[in-house]
Amino acid sequence: MNPAHARRTLQSPPVPANSSPFNPGSLLSIDNLSFEALSRVLERATALTRQDPLERARILAKRKVALLFYESSTRTRTSFELAAKALGCDTTLVSSLSSSIEKGESLKDTGLTLRALGAEAIILRHSASGAPWLLEQHTELPVLNAGDGMHEHPTQALLDLRTMLAHLRKGSTDMGPDALKGVTVTITGDILHSRVARSNMLLLPRLGAQVVLCGPKELLPDLAATAGPGIRVERDFEAALRQSQVVMMLRIQAERLAGLQLDLEDYKRSFQLTEERLRSFAPSALVLHPGPIIRGLELTGEVADGPQSAILEQISHGVAIRMAVVERALIGGRA
Amino acid sequence: MSALVIRNGHLIDPATGVDAPKDLLFKDGKVAEIAAPGKLKHADGAEVVDAAGLVVAPGLIDIHVHLREPGQGYKETIATGTAAAAAGGFTAVAAMPNTTPVNDNVDVTRWMQAPERGACVRVFPIAAATRGSKGEAINDFAALKSAGAVAVTDDGHPILKDNIMRETLVAAARVGLSVIQHAEDTRLTQGASMNAGPTAFKLGLRGMPTEAESGLVERDIRLLTELRDSRAHLHVAHTSNAAAIAAVRQARRNGLRVTCEVAPHHFLLTDEHVGLYDTHFKMNPPLRSSADRDAMIEAILDGVVDAIATDHAPHAAHEKEVEFERAPNGITGLETALGLSLRWLHKEWKMPLGRVLSLLSAQPAAVLGLKGRGTLAVGSAADAVVFDPKAEWTYRVAETKSKSRNTPFDGWPMQGKVRWTISEGRIAHTAS
Repeated sequence: MNPAHARRTLQSPPVPANSSPFNPGSLLSIDNLSFEALSRVLERATALTRQDPLERARILAKRKVALLFYESSTRTRTSFELAAKALGCDTTLVSSLSSSIEKGESLKDTGLTLRALGAEAIILRHSASGAPWLLEQHTELPVLNAGDGMHEHPTQALLDLRTMLAHLRKGSTDMGPDALKGVTVTITGDILHSRVARSNMLLLPRLGAQVVLCGPKELLPDLAATAGPGIRVERDFEAALRQSQVVMMLRIQAERLAGLQLDLEDYKRSFQLTEERLRSFAPSALVLHPGPIIRGLELTGEVADGPQSAILEQISHGVAIRMAVVERALIGGRA
Repeated sequence: MSALVIRNGHLIDPATGVDAPKDLLFKDGKVAEIAAPGKLKHADGAEVVDAAGLVVAPGLIDIHVHLREPGQGYKETIATGTAAAAAGGFTAVAAMPNTTPVNDNVDVTRWMQAPERGACVRVFPIAAATRGSKGEAINDFAALKSAGAVAVTDDGHPILKDNIMRETLVAAARVGLSVIQHAEDTRLTQGASMNAGPTAFKLGLRGMPTEAESGLVERDIRLLTELRDSRAHLHVAHTSNAAAIAAVRQARRNGLRVTCEVAPHHFLLTDEHVGLYDTHFKMNPPLRSSADRDAMIEAILDGVVDAIATDHAPHAAHEKEVEFERAPNGITGLETALGLSLRWLHKEWKMPLGRVLSLLSAQPAAVLGLKGRGTLAVGSAADAVVFDPKAEWTYRVAETKSKSRNTPFDGWPMQGKVRWTISEGRIAHTAS
C-alpha cells in the first residue's frame, strides 16, 4: 500500500471537543469567557471599584469563599482575598504548608472537605497544570483558577487587559474582535514556563491584538507560535520592541527550570529591558510585568520605576478584576 | 478426560491458512480433530458449543500485560486480569515483571503460574532482565527460562547502559529468550507527562520527545548489529512513533531479528485526545501526534508490525483521580483490543479478518516462541475464541472483569462480540 495514499483516506476516531466547565461560575481558562462575558467582567470591575464600600460589602455578605494555595503567592492571594472581602465574603485560606495537604490528602479530598465546611467557591493556585479542572469535576463548585502550573492564569490576563484598555482605549469595556486592533504586545522572557503568557496568548489575539513572543530557544520553543492565531516568535528583542505598543516582561522561573542551564549574563545582554533599549526602540510603549519582578534581571530598576511602567497599576486592576470574577462565581456566571 | 466440540463455526486459523466451515474437537486440553461440518469421528459424549454464524479462531495472545501480582492486588490480581483477558477473547497473556517484588527470580516466576492464583487463561511470565530491574546486574536467564519465563525485559525501567543491554542480548540469546525493550531514554523524559508538541505546550505540560523512544530503538538496533552472529532477538514494546517504526523497518531489511508491537491506543488516539487533562489518556509511551498515529496504522497495514499488544495497565480509581502530572501511566486494554481492532483495522481500514486475527494470535506467539499456541492445528493447545464478527456493541467499563476501570474507551463502539473463550479445552468465558 502507498503510505501517502493511506494517509489521505484513513478515517480516525474524532477528537472530542473540549468541554466547558461544569459550573457556569467557574473561571478555569480565559477561553471560558465569551466577548459578552469579558465585557461584563470589565464593566463590573469598574462599577464595583466605584461603589460605596459599605454598600459593596452587602453584595456577597457572609458568603463563604475558600482560597486553596499549593504555591506561594503575594499579589494573587492577597488581591483575591481583598476582593472577596470587599464584597462581604468570609474567606479562609488553606495553604499546602499548614494543612492536611502536607499529610498527603489529595486535591479531591481537600476540595470535598472545603465544600463540606461550607465553601461556596474555591480559588485555587496549584503547581500542577490542569488541577482546577480536577477540583471542579469533583466538587462541582465554582472554581477560580488563580494559576495552574505552567498552564493558565486567567485573572492575570484580565487585569493585564484592563491595564491596557485604561491606557490605550480610555478604559473601554466593550469587547469584540476589534477591541485591540492595531495593538502589538510583546511578551518577553520565560514563555515556556509561563501561565501568564499562555492566558495572554489566548486572550489578546481574540481581541484583534498581535502577540509577539520573544526570548531564547530554551525558554521559547518555536512551536509556541502554533498555540493559536495572531502569535509570532521574534528572537531579536530590539526588533520586537520597535513594533510594540505594550511590552510585557516575564520573570525567569528558577523553580520550574528543571535542570535547564541558562547563562544569565547572556540572557541579560539579549533580553533585559533597560532604559536605553526602551528609549531607543519603544519610547511610548506601556511596560507591564505580572510580578514578582527581579530587578536587574529581566528589567532594570529604572525601567520598573520609570514613567512607562504600569506594574503597580496592574496590581490595583487585579483587585478590581477579582471582585468581578468572585461576584460572577457566586451570583450567576451570567453571559 | 474432558472433551469439547465446537460445531457449525467458520474456522479462521492464520497459521495454517484454514478459512472454512469446520467442526473442532478438543480433548485433554489439545486440539484433537478438525473436520468438515458434521464429519467429526470422535466427538461422542463431548460437550457441544454451537458456533453457527460465528468465527472460530485461535485464542488471542497478548504479549504485554501488567497483572499486578505479586504485590499490587488492589489494582488487579492474576485472577481478575485473566478474567478480563478471557472476556476479551485472550487465552494467553505474557505478564510484565514490574510487580512487588520484581519478578527477577524463579520463586516469583513460579508463584505467578501456581494454580492458587486462579488464572482462567494461560499466564506466561516475562522475567526482569536485571536484578530488581535496576539495569545493573543480569539475572540468571537459564533458571528463569526453566521456571517458565518466556522473555526478559526491564519494561518501564529501560536498560540505558550500552554494556548491560549488550550483555542482556547475548545472555538471552544463549538460552533462547527474547529481549523486550520499553524504548525510552528516560534522561530525555524527566518530569514529562505527555507527548512533546503543540498540545503539551498549550496544556503547560512537559513533553516526552519522540526521540527519547526512537533514539533508544536505534541504539538497541546498533547493538544488535554488532552482535550479528548471536541470534539475539530484540522485541520493541509498544512502538508509538514514526521514527521508531522506521528504525524497525530498516533493521528488518538488514536481516536483523527485530520485532515490534503496537497498542490499540497508539493506532487510534493522538495527544489531542488528552483533552483537559484526562488521566485515562495518560500512558507511556504517550499518545503521539496524528502523523505518528497514521504511521502506526500504515505499519500495521503493510506488515512491519508483528503483534497488537495492549499494555493492559490497571490502576485504582484513586490513583488516576489526581493531577495529570501525578497520575500513574497506563490504561486497561484486554477487553477492548479485539473490538477496536475489528472496528478500525478490519471494518474501517479494510484489513482482511485473517490478518487482524494473526496480529492477535499467530504472530505474537511467534514473537515469543510460544510453541503450540496461536494456532488451532491438531495437537496445539485447545485455545480458541468464538465470536460474532458482525456484531456491533458498545464497551461499558462498568461491566469490566478487571479490578480497575482506567480505560479511555468507555462508551466506544466495538465490532465483533466474543461469545466463548476456550482455554486449554475449558470454557473460560461465556457471553452473558
